[in-house]
Amino acid sequence: MSPRDAILAKVRAALKTEAGDDARRRKIMARLRKAPAGVIPARGQLPPAERTELFCQMAEKLFASVHRLKRHDEVPKAVAAYLRARNLPAAVRMGEDPRLEAMPWDGLRAFSVRRGASDGDDDAGVSYAFAGIAETGTVVMLSGADNPSTINFLPEHHIVVVDAASIQGDLESAIAGVRTHFGRGRMPRTVNLISGPSRSGDIEQKLVLGAHGPRALHLIVVG
Amino acid sequence: MRITSPAFKENARLALADPQLQQALGNVRSGFIDKRETAVDALPEFEALRDSARAIKDHALQNLDLYLEAYEAKVLASGGHVHWAETAEDARNIILGICRSAGARTVTKGKSMITEEIALNEFLEENGIRPVETDLVEYIIQLRREHPSHIIAPAVHVTQAQVEADFRRVHDHLPVARDLSEPEALLGEARRVLRSKYFEADVGITGANFLVAETGSSVIVTNEGNGDLTQILGKVHVVVASIEKIVPTLEDTAQILRVLARSATGQDMSVYTTVSTGPRRWGDPDGPAEYHVVIIDNGRSAMLGSDFQDMLRCIRCGACMNHCPVYHAVGGHAYGWVYPGPMGAVLTPSLVGVDKAGHLPNASTFCGRCESVCPMKIPLPRMMRHWREREFERALNPAAARYGLKAWAFLARRPALYQAVTATGMRLLSLLGGRKRRLSWLPLGGSWTKHREFPAPEGSTFLRQMKARARP
Repeated sequence: MSPRDAILAKVRAALKTEAGDDARRRKIMARLRKAPAGVIPARGQLPPAERTELFCQMAEKLFASVHRLKRHDEVPKAVAAYLRARNLPAAVRMGEDPRLEAMPWDGLRAFSVRRGASDGDDDAGVSYAFAGIAETGTVVMLSGADNPSTINFLPEHHIVVVDAASIQGDLESAIAGVRTHFGRGRMPRTVNLISGPSRSGDIEQKLVLGAHGPRALHLIVVG
Repeated sequence: MRITSPAFKENARLALADPQLQQALGNVRSGFIDKRETAVDALPEFEALRDSARAIKDHALQNLDLYLEAYEAKVLASGGHVHWAETAEDARNIILGICRSAGARTVTKGKSMITEEIALNEFLEENGIRPVETDLVEYIIQLRREHPSHIIAPAVHVTQAQVEADFRRVHDHLPVARDLSEPEALLGEARRVLRSKYFEADVGITGANFLVAETGSSVIVTNEGNGDLTQILGKVHVVVASIEKIVPTLEDTAQILRVLARSATGQDMSVYTTVSTGPRRWGDPDGPAEYHVVIIDNGRSAMLGSDFQDMLRCIRCGACMNHCPVYHAVGGHAYGWVYPGPMGAVLTPSLVGVDKAGHLPNASTFCGRCESVCPMKIPLPRMMRHWREREFERALNPAAARYGLKAWAFLARRPALYQAVTATGMRLLSLLGGRKRRLSWLPLGGSWTKHREFPAPEGSTFLRQMKARARP
């Protein structure tokens, strides 16, 4: 008997059930398809404007910084200003997200945009969030060439563009969005739910920002 | 790791006499409890979410065979590999095999208690592969050649001054005069030293907080980002997880996540919740080329359908130990294996045997705080009592305790005799108490009175007082 079959046999014996129990199997497969939602906190169940406001408040509580803009074409200037204010080089790393590429980066003077995955030498990276979650001030990032996962973790400063329209009230709604986007039961390689900059509270319980991931998370909320 | 649970009493005595440990344990008492309470109070639905999370895990365990099969099918469909290990030894050999076929010399590791359970690091080292712990505190523990003393804050027993001394000893290529007096400086130094390790590593090993049957995904929850760098930058990502980590869907995961971070660190969400599904896709500029999951039984299937099945709901938040007066007093190492505190007092006898770990379920005051804060409502005191019963049935506890219990049982079954004996005993103790009305020594209770005096009984027995009041 293979180790797989041995483990499954032990589990079935303990549960007093058999492999050929089709009724039980049908019930389980139906539950997997239906994916029932459980208890959804009321906190994020708000009309769009208040939802965006809650998202910003919750993110700031987690020590992310938030900048709100009306239009997408204002993003490059806001990024440049963020870097200047922190005495950082005028350079960012970003992926191939068409929404980022459509922004007027060429309009900035002496500013360099490096494309592709981060090699660990970038001070700042820019990504585009798939969604925001108001309940916890979380951004939802999907892996791939558009927004490589390394940009979420290697640069000291992670700048994330979030469309106000993409901000959901709760985690379950964001999950439903991913499912609609990729199809049932299919997932991108990595979904990163990010809530604030990286941190550690492990040396005598003293909170320090900037552990292995970014020291700063800057959210640019557009719309 | 070597099990020192049989020496719990000696371990505890040493822990109580260790001033540095006692100083560090003060942080557990003051830190975790308030943070959890604040986070829980801020979410009106917390109790409802506890019930929801418990029901989900119970359902998953009740159908574990089918969910394991569904999960496996999804991992394979996403291009990943699934390995099954009945024992710790099988798991070690499977992981070594994956490392060998990747030609690995160095592996990075995210924090994982299951790899502690299977003693993976020692085994890899014996076989010429260097494991590098990347979680800040796991790294400190590895430098000190120790083991974790807490499941979510493994170095909670270490003081800041000790960390500074360790870094000066090990990072001897750095200037001696550097300032390491603040936690920021210590964290910065660890970050710089470990950065290069991620890129050098051939294999990245992480645990999993959840395995999602619906999508074949593994989920990890961290604050530092090291688990993510471990799995993105290694050429091969190996996920090590035990069978009970299965949850049906992403929605179910969301329900449990809400109680996990709040119970553990008092956060609404941990900084990074990462859902990983298979290896690098076509067109991906980063991510591992191979994705392996090692699913481990190592004693769990024997807990299913037993008095200890509820323990398999545990999501390893650490709230039980954070609120445990015994853990506060002796710390995690005294428990002698991977899992300390109340959850360890139930799990350790299940996994290594009550003959070795029988002291642990006895090291409880049964105050019930652990159960009251457990997000999965695991009846920890009840299960510790089950272990005490098993220990008694198998005649594993000391003869004096056994005869004492037998004598008590004999009396308890004979109410008249019981009342006569207790009344006599009371009068005797009352006399012995003298004018001080306190006893500094008790027959058979010498180790109790060594540390405090016993108040001498006064007045009449409880039952006599009851009878007196019942009269109209």
